[in-house]
Amino acid sequence: MKLIFEKSVPGRRCAILPACDVEKVALPAGLKRETAPLLPEMSETDVSRHYTELNQHVHGVNCGFYPLGSCTMKYNPRIDEEMAALPGFASVHPLAPRAAVAGCEEVLDTARKYLCEITGMDDMTFQPAAGAHGEFTGVLLIKQYHDSRNDKARTKIIVPDSAHGTNPATAAMCGYQVVNIPSAPDGCVDLAALKAVLGEDTAGLMLTNPNTVGIFDENILEITRLVHEAGGLCYYDGANLNAVMGVVRPGDMGFDCVHLNLHKTFATPHGGGGPGAGAVGCKAFLAPFLPHSALMEEAGHVQVRGFRGNFLVVVRALAYLLTLGREGIPEAARNAVLNANYLMAKIKGTFAPAFDRICMHEFVLDLSEYKKATGVSALDVAKSLIDYGMHPPTMYFPLIVHEALMLEPTETESKETLDWAAEVFRALYELGYKDPAFMHAAPHNAQIGRPDEVKAARNPIVRYTKA
Amino acid sequence: MGSYVPSTREQRQEMLEAVGLKSFKDLYRDVPESMYLDRPLDLPEGKSELEVSRVLNAMARRNRVYDAILRGAGAYDHYIPSIVKYIPAKEEFLTAYTPYQAEMSQGVLQSIFEYQTEICELTGMDVSNASVYDGATAAAEAAAMARDRKRRVTLVSGAAHPDVINTIRTYAYGTNDEVKIVPAKDGKTDMDALRAMLSPEVSAVYVQQPNFFGLFEEAEAMAAPVHEAGALYILGVNPIALGIMKTPRDMGADIAVGEGQPLGLPLGFGGPYLGFMATTAKLMRKLPGRIVGETTDDAGNRAYVLSLQAREQHIRREKAGSNICSNEALCALTAGVYLAAMGPEGLKEAAEASMAKAHYLCRELIKLPGVKLRYEGPFFHEFLLDMPKAEEVLAALDEKNILGGLPYEGGVLWCATEKVAKETLDAVVAIVKGVLA
Repeated sequence: MKLIFEKSVPGRRCAILPACDVEKVALPAGLKRETAPLLPEMSETDVSRHYTELNQHVHGVNCGFYPLGSCTMKYNPRIDEEMAALPGFASVHPLAPRAAVAGCEEVLDTARKYLCEITGMDDMTFQPAAGAHGEFTGVLLIKQYHDSRNDKARTKIIVPDSAHGTNPATAAMCGYQVVNIPSAPDGCVDLAALKAVLGEDTAGLMLTNPNTVGIFDENILEITRLVHEAGGLCYYDGANLNAVMGVVRPGDMGFDCVHLNLHKTFATPHGGGGPGAGAVGCKAFLAPFLPHSALMEEAGHVQVRGFRGNFLVVVRALAYLLTLGREGIPEAARNAVLNANYLMAKIKGTFAPAFDRICMHEFVLDLSEYKKATGVSALDVAKSLIDYGMHPPTMYFPLIVHEALMLEPTETESKETLDWAAEVFRALYELGYKDPAFMHAAPHNAQIGRPDEVKAARNPIVRYTKA
Repeated sequence: MGSYVPSTREQRQEMLEAVGLKSFKDLYRDVPESMYLDRPLDLPEGKSELEVSRVLNAMARRNRVYDAILRGAGAYDHYIPSIVKYIPAKEEFLTAYTPYQAEMSQGVLQSIFEYQTEICELTGMDVSNASVYDGATAAAEAAAMARDRKRRVTLVSGAAHPDVINTIRTYAYGTNDEVKIVPAKDGKTDMDALRAMLSPEVSAVYVQQPNFFGLFEEAEAMAAPVHEAGALYILGVNPIALGIMKTPRDMGADIAVGEGQPLGLPLGFGGPYLGFMATTAKLMRKLPGRIVGETTDDAGNRAYVLSLQAREQHIRREKAGSNICSNEALCALTAGVYLAAMGPEGLKEAAEASMAKAHYLCRELIKLPGVKLRYEGPFFHEFLLDMPKAEEVLAALDEKNILGGLPYEGGVLWCATEKVAKETLDAVVAIVKGVLA
């Protein structure tokens, strides 16, 4: 595909703005731009066709099955888009007077009320713009809490080795030393390992439950009790809430604060990598430490972003919450779990599950034996799936399983799709024994063959330069 | 009740049996009984699409949709070309995940590569990341990126946006680092104070151009003392102004950041917006966030991938400089479409018209009795006025469905963009005149 700059024609343009109807003002000489930026010069047809061509080289949830583990690629309802685009939401200035934004406040209050009920929390902020940003906000709550008690000795955050990389990175951003604890053989928290590191220096624990291998940690009450006993707080990473919403609540598991990915669990679209929203809920005793906008609300609080967050994403999530309602929320969770178990059962007998037991909303395949037998890796299988029009599962995560493929079908996939997917996995399993070379070279019918990532990193070309 | 679950009751039973279970509850056998929620959630019953539309339309109607907006302060009401609304709504762009699988994501990757190029062109920098959350977090990430073992203090101009200052402070609170505010004098960064505050502990200086009061800082003159003190220079810039204003690179910046909302994103009560962040080749490997790079595939064809990932949290975990991963890709796409639709000429026109209209409004308002410009000096499209009866003035405008300037520190901070016609500005002046008469 040509780059937009390669399609640009000097002097071509769209007619967007009228002639300026007031006298122009000259910029002081020392402030003037010396050369015009190299921006595309195009007609509206050119712009439309260029982006349509790009769009044809994108695989969305609307294109087909997208079992990307830990990402909850469920269907994104279009009514949610339409509601977010209403001028009554889209055109509201964040600093308009309070009387002019009563509807926005109602959206935030309603979403807060519903999401606090789902999580078992007392209060919530929508300021964080993404999951990782929510983690940062949540751990800042923990830090402020200890600081407010002048408890400066608490310098460590405990993170299981199965955690997403953002967890330790977040703890470090909050000035904490990260204590990684090994998981038990079933992927759950090793209680002995936890007890061994708990102490007066424990600030808190960051945990996902169900965990990153898709198992609900049955010792969860014991885990949160132990952390609290040591004087630490418990942070719930809401990445996997889709499995349990309406069924069991983080607040009832003993967690003090949570972040939610509205773009996963509450069906707002991922947009090729955002915008999302990382709402953070907390128990009442942490509410005074929630972030606020210095300009829009009041000074004297922490603040993780300008204004009050990705509001239009909250509108979408609220449309989804209103649609599902009290029955639909747990129904979605139950069917997400059912779909995952069904797909795992159908694949069984070919690729081996890393943990052969009932899973939650996702499961991990362990291809290490298969690779030994055939030479075909998890990467090869993933790339081969592309030729079937299926987005590959998450690869090589969590780190505690080698040759991992992690599948999360979500509740919005039909039995027919799951049956088809299982057939594809079965076919590839067999192909690996017959023609491993073919799989090493996959994909064969994609937009591109396997890209040379080493070359990209060694000789970085990160922008277009006119020849 | 609305639902997006496609399987029928019979299919669900069939699937449960295939798994070897009898009921849904069996799926949750690891959940301790005491914790299992044995009551319905305290939420209303689910609704059909039409009912949801009614509820949210009713909420939207409780907000005011103004005919004209003369308020900025970090969120700007520029004209959004029609095509900019349609392209990011395409279902594939909308529903895709982060482009981890390059073989089926070339469209997203190329759009980011093009966006990175455009940001480099606007800022004069060598490398841009794929986006960060917003302008405030871009500034905070830049401040974090500039710190090293010895230099931990960030100096921030007191004439920067209050949310930006507070966000930089919050990030620094996280890492136990110090932020010092360089006081403003006559609405601009006090250069003498800045010189006095520079020390071997200072890692970076953040200045906003144009600043919170709309004034152009003597940004270029500050670069030399900052660099002489061994610190990095971070400029926070308005991307529309960059259509006519000297680039941050030419003003001596090492890192350029800013709020990308003016590039085709709706006001949206504060978000989603777009943080842009660009730097020099020398600092490339310290830049946080996703970066798309060009390479070739196994047949030698041009291809794009997420690159330089050794910087990021999923590889480095607690040693990564930031936890940031995916954030505002669709907003970056929107900005790309905006810049393509406007082109270099259109962007220049938007910048010139915004500046011209703000100056026209300012000139007309200060002719009125008791109205004074608080700070003299060249400004872009915002200005702070001291005016009598400010509350009444804003109320009178509100009554005519016009959102006037922002009350701030006893004055009113006004903003005009290319979107406001001269006749609207004249009407505004007449209304203000009426109140002050």
